[in-house]
Amino acid sequence: MIAAGISALLSHWHYRPLQLATLIVGLALATGLWTGVQAINSEARSSYDRAAAVLGQDTLKRLQSKTGLPITADRFVALRRAGWLVSPVVEGTLRLGRTRVRVMGIDVFTLPQGATSFGLSGDTGIADIVAGNDLVLVHPETAEALSKSGLNLRTSLQVVPGDLMADIPTAWTLLKRQDFDYLLLASDQPAGLAPLSEIAPDLERIEPDPQGDIARLTDSFHLNLTAFGFLSFAVGLFIVHATIGLAFEQRRTVIRTLRALGMPNRTVILLLLTETLVLALIAGLLGVVLGYGIAAALLPDVAATLAGLYGASVPGSLALRPDWILTGLAIAFGGALLAVGQGLWRIARMPLLAPAQPRAWAMASLKNSRWTAFAAAVFLLMSLTTAWFGGGLSAGFLTLGTLLLGAAMLLPALLILALRLGARTARSAIAEWVWADMRQQVPGLSLALMALMLALAANIGVSTMVASFRYTFTGWLDQRLASELYVAADNEAEAEALRAFLAERADAVLPIRTTEIEIVGLPVFLYGIADHATYRDHWPLLERGENVWDRVAAGDGALINEQLFRRGGYRLGDRLPVAPGWTEEIVGIYSDYGNPTGQVIVSHDRLMRYFPDIPKLRHAVRVAPERAEALVAALVGEFGLSPGNILNQADLKRFSLRVFDRTFLVTGALNTLTLGIAGFAMLAKLLTLSTMRLSQMAPVWAVGTTRATLARLEMLRTVALAFLTWLVALPVGLALAWVLLAIVNVEAFGWRLPMHIFPADWLWLLVLAMIAAGFAAAIPVWRLARTRPAEFLKVFAHER
Amino acid sequence: MSVRILAVLLVMIATGALAQGFAGLGTESDGFSNPEPGQALVFPDDHGPHPDFRIEWWYLTANLKGANGADFGLQWTLFRSALRPGADNGWSASQTFMAHAAVTTASRHFSTERFARGGIGQAGVAADPFSAWIDDWQMNSGAAAGEDPLAALHVTARGPDFSYDIKLTAAGPLVLHGDDGFSVKSTSGQASYYYSQPFYTVTGKINLPSGPVEVSGQAWLDREWSSQPLDPDQTGWDWLSLHFDDGSKLMGFRLRSRSEDAYTSATWIDPSGETTAYGDGVLQMTPGRAQKVANRALPIEWRLQLAERDLDITVEAINPNSWMETMVPYWEGPITVVGSHGGRGYLEMTGYE
Amino acid sequence: MLLALRDVRKSFTTEEGPVDVLKGVSLELDAGQHLALTGESGSGKSTLLHLIAGLDAPDSGEIRVAGADIAHMDDPQLAALRRDRIGLVFQQFNLIPSLTVAQNLAFHARLAGRLDRDWNTHLTERLGLIECLKRYPEQLSGGQQQRVAIGRTLAARPELILADEPTGNLDEDTGDAVIDLMLQLVADVKAGFILVTHSVRLASLLNRRLHLTHGRLQ
Repeated sequence: MIAAGISALLSHWHYRPLQLATLIVGLALATGLWTGVQAINSEARSSYDRAAAVLGQDTLKRLQSKTGLPITADRFVALRRAGWLVSPVVEGTLRLGRTRVRVMGIDVFTLPQGATSFGLSGDTGIADIVAGNDLVLVHPETAEALSKSGLNLRTSLQVVPGDLMADIPTAWTLLKRQDFDYLLLASDQPAGLAPLSEIAPDLERIEPDPQGDIARLTDSFHLNLTAFGFLSFAVGLFIVHATIGLAFEQRRTVIRTLRALGMPNRTVILLLLTETLVLALIAGLLGVVLGYGIAAALLPDVAATLAGLYGASVPGSLALRPDWILTGLAIAFGGALLAVGQGLWRIARMPLLAPAQPRAWAMASLKNSRWTAFAAAVFLLMSLTTAWFGGGLSAGFLTLGTLLLGAAMLLPALLILALRLGARTARSAIAEWVWADMRQQVPGLSLALMALMLALAANIGVSTMVASFRYTFTGWLDQRLASELYVAADNEAEAEALRAFLAERADAVLPIRTTEIEIVGLPVFLYGIADHATYRDHWPLLERGENVWDRVAAGDGALINEQLFRRGGYRLGDRLPVAPGWTEEIVGIYSDYGNPTGQVIVSHDRLMRYFPDIPKLRHAVRVAPERAEALVAALVGEFGLSPGNILNQADLKRFSLRVFDRTFLVTGALNTLTLGIAGFAMLAKLLTLSTMRLSQMAPVWAVGTTRATLARLEMLRTVALAFLTWLVALPVGLALAWVLLAIVNVEAFGWRLPMHIFPADWLWLLVLAMIAAGFAAAIPVWRLARTRPAEFLKVFAHER
Repeated sequence: MSVRILAVLLVMIATGALAQGFAGLGTESDGFSNPEPGQALVFPDDHGPHPDFRIEWWYLTANLKGANGADFGLQWTLFRSALRPGADNGWSASQTFMAHAAVTTASRHFSTERFARGGIGQAGVAADPFSAWIDDWQMNSGAAAGEDPLAALHVTARGPDFSYDIKLTAAGPLVLHGDDGFSVKSTSGQASYYYSQPFYTVTGKINLPSGPVEVSGQAWLDREWSSQPLDPDQTGWDWLSLHFDDGSKLMGFRLRSRSEDAYTSATWIDPSGETTAYGDGVLQMTPGRAQKVANRALPIEWRLQLAERDLDITVEAINPNSWMETMVPYWEGPITVVGSHGGRGYLEMTGYE
Repeated sequence: MLLALRDVRKSFTTEEGPVDVLKGVSLELDAGQHLALTGESGSGKSTLLHLIAGLDAPDSGEIRVAGADIAHMDDPQLAALRRDRIGLVFQQFNLIPSLTVAQNLAFHARLAGRLDRDWNTHLTERLGLIECLKRYPEQLSGGQQQRVAIGRTLAARPELILADEPTGNLDEDTGDAVIDLMLQLVADVKAGFILVTHSVRLASLLNRRLHLTHGRLQ
């Protein structure tokens, strides 16, 4: 009996292969995008974990000087001789050509267990590290970027991309230092040692950081991706829900017959459940494969995004990890069960002799839409409240979530209202019918339309955010990169000669002096600038005190970037602790987009007095733009500077914008995919409804309308609904952009951007939405136009 | 005791302290000095480091007893390994150090290790006044002026679960192995400089998780250095130092080879310090009962025969699990001696896979 | 002559091969004349009605409505025929679910451009639908729905009214009441009327009756 039951139930798919395909494709798409996003997140997280685990930072305590000053080499030896198992680390950033790396100098002799994640034993690359040949260990991707650096590179997959591991003396040479930033404290210390509070009262213990700065910084980005993945999944579920619902509806007759023939309801439900699980497995596997493809395609861009926005290094290659494969399958099962639940519930409660005929057409229940509108209002109010009173990233996302949810729930009511108003303009019977019929379609299509609305709003919101960002960024680059040339020398002697050489040929040579400091535990770059019109005229100040440039020039005030300003909660006039025994009044705040860290600018002389050993290698050169090319030629030809040490403004801007565009490529790709899936959801829903639509249209046809007219009207209705949905999506998208720019960005990146509006993009999106809706309607409409009269007639004559 | 060279090499390769592999060391020695026969050792200078030789150690083993008569073994070793000939100051690390410390009881074995680069003060050796150290571990001379600096020593070490602090006094002279300190290690001529101070009496304190123990007994210090000590064919060794009840002592080793019979060597030491060196094959070392230790079968009992001294004895590990859980693991522990002669001593076994 | 059929044949393709449903039907109907078409289930009476209404095309033969041969009309012409000359009442799903009763009642007449508000009001009263004008078809009983369908057809004042088992879904009492009302109103507009039914009792209410067996009229 079970076999007969199975074949009876499965025969349905045989007659409706398109429905089966829709179901599987829908679920696979939903799973695929979700899995893809998860795979990307998982890859990034594993790389953050690796970064956080570098030198055991996630498990080992460290010793650091309370004043923030470096620890001398003698101090390290003295602590060892006192029996304490400590291991020194010197850390710093280094710019090699265009690549910025973090140099980590380590002492393999004393490195505690738990700090040796790059594998001390067996790795002969490590064996060479102390051999005195200045060997450095890097990730293969970093090695590629540093291939022309002249360093003695050895690759290891255990080193985090962007990091450069070397023995202490090698690192000292690279960083031009002779001391340590901190000492790692082995977790197992011998008993009976003199307490550190006695022998090293100036050092403090820093607790291990299991998460790492990068993971914290990038949280918002991954939340973003996850939100996108979830949105796509939800949209995909609409498809599945629609298809499965229809399949159940259409099989009621079969089910009734099976039950009449004596098959227990439990068995029927079990069979249907098994069928769902098998379908979910197939779709889930397809989805995981799809997700892998999506992730592999997007990962290089995501890596670029993370590097560009946060300075986080994530390799551009994807590893198969069981976590996202399994969650992908799980979500396929979950989604399928969620979609099938309602249908199963109905069948479980279906009386044996229930009419097999589906309820003709869900009425536009006024009560229902009122209730939904009320819930929508509550959500929108919540969104407004969190936007106004909330603080922090979670509040930002709550604002976003409630805004989207509220808007989506409000959509049916808004559409019905619009259609009602539209109906008043109707003069002919057909027009009246078209409006009324559209209104009647809203409840059935509302889920698909909500999906479309969300996809459109996300598109408008994100693209407005990105475009605003780009617009601001471009303008900011013009201000920030005011100098025509940026040149670097390889050593102090060459730098000296370079300055002399440029003094005669350039209008001005501005020194670029920088060192890394720490302000309340966060790394900050300290810059010293000369007093020059370049800065006075161009520097992008957001807020300024009086005589800001005079004060900086006089060594009586500091400028800080927006990131530091927001993170530190400073105000103009506050005193900033720059270094031990050195505070500066904050006299100005400048915008600094695309930079993950804080910055402080002080006068050049003041900086050099405090940090006399800062390398004096980099310079900004002012020269009449038309003479820039000739100067570059002279620098290379006459002076003999390596071309790699010269950057001109145009190149730098081009490069920056390229980085910027790559950064947001992934958002664009996800946007398009989500829109595509929303289109597919429309198609699925319209296909589902098309058979039911027949009984809606047959009477109109019978009283004298051609099938071609009906088909044209059907297409017009779908496209019109898409248009109305776009109209609703527009303000929602703009609100979304505002939340992203004014709340989420500030929390996530530390800068606030002005919002710019790009109506051409909206129109383009409208065209896309109409095309998507048109495509979605095309198949049902095409079928309608070709429906044989006999099919219409069946509506009147037979019980279906 | 030059057989320990391989252990050093292996450890140093593993820690990355050596740029070249073991094979390179077996054949040439890139600017390093090589031991020559007929070169007289000079003291106290030769107590200090020889940075022109690739490897060197200060190796102390002690057989001790607690107040209640319980047996203890104690080890303190400082290895020096050079990346380049010569001693540079600073972090460029031409010299590297590794140290092992262990305490063995009948039922437990405590061991730990340390690493350091030379030239920065974290580890090093000075000849006069003699001092060898790494971190807070030390082996300092307590000898009076005019005495040999090794005549009295103060030795300390500390691990995560044990520490010790002992004082040693030498009751006899330094002894030279082989041909006046030139000790041959294979039939193809590899050799090292090798001398010992086997006459220490010891008092001191060992701290164990169970509490402090006052101990006393005998100790043996080995000093050895070379650059190119082993034949590539040699796979491991078994080494012993024995204190007999009558005051005489014996050093013996057996180098196992892939292709040939084992190469043995021995030094008989009279209670007065008079030595007799025995070349390959004179000392017979026969492995006896084996036991599974750290997943490999090790002979924890040996039969030793030296016909010229009417010696036929059996030595047995006090604690068969005297396994050094160090970066390169090996077996090292106290033994008892029964047979034609009674006594105690130390056994080392390496290269058992 | 309102309607003339000559030797109309129609077959359908089924899985067992072609089945001849109509095997040469000829028939004439004058304006204002009422005809009951009876027959067993599957005798082809519904098919015949559909052919007359221009909802489907015959395989061969001639169908003339008010002198025009509809067998050779294209889709738009057929649609115009249904809109302007013919009124249809089916067993079920007559109504447009998205429109109110009032809108349904007026739909056909407006489509044909012949809406007469007085006549429409008169019809609504006669059909007892005044209470239901603002409701949607789904909210009506079967008898009410059928009365709306009849009202919609009569409001357009077609020359020829075709009804296919209009009371098939109703109980006998309601069905009889609906048919009574329908016959009165059809008489009022002086339309030709063909009622397809399998009920001999209903057929007896009409002055002319034809019986269809195995695709032929008797």
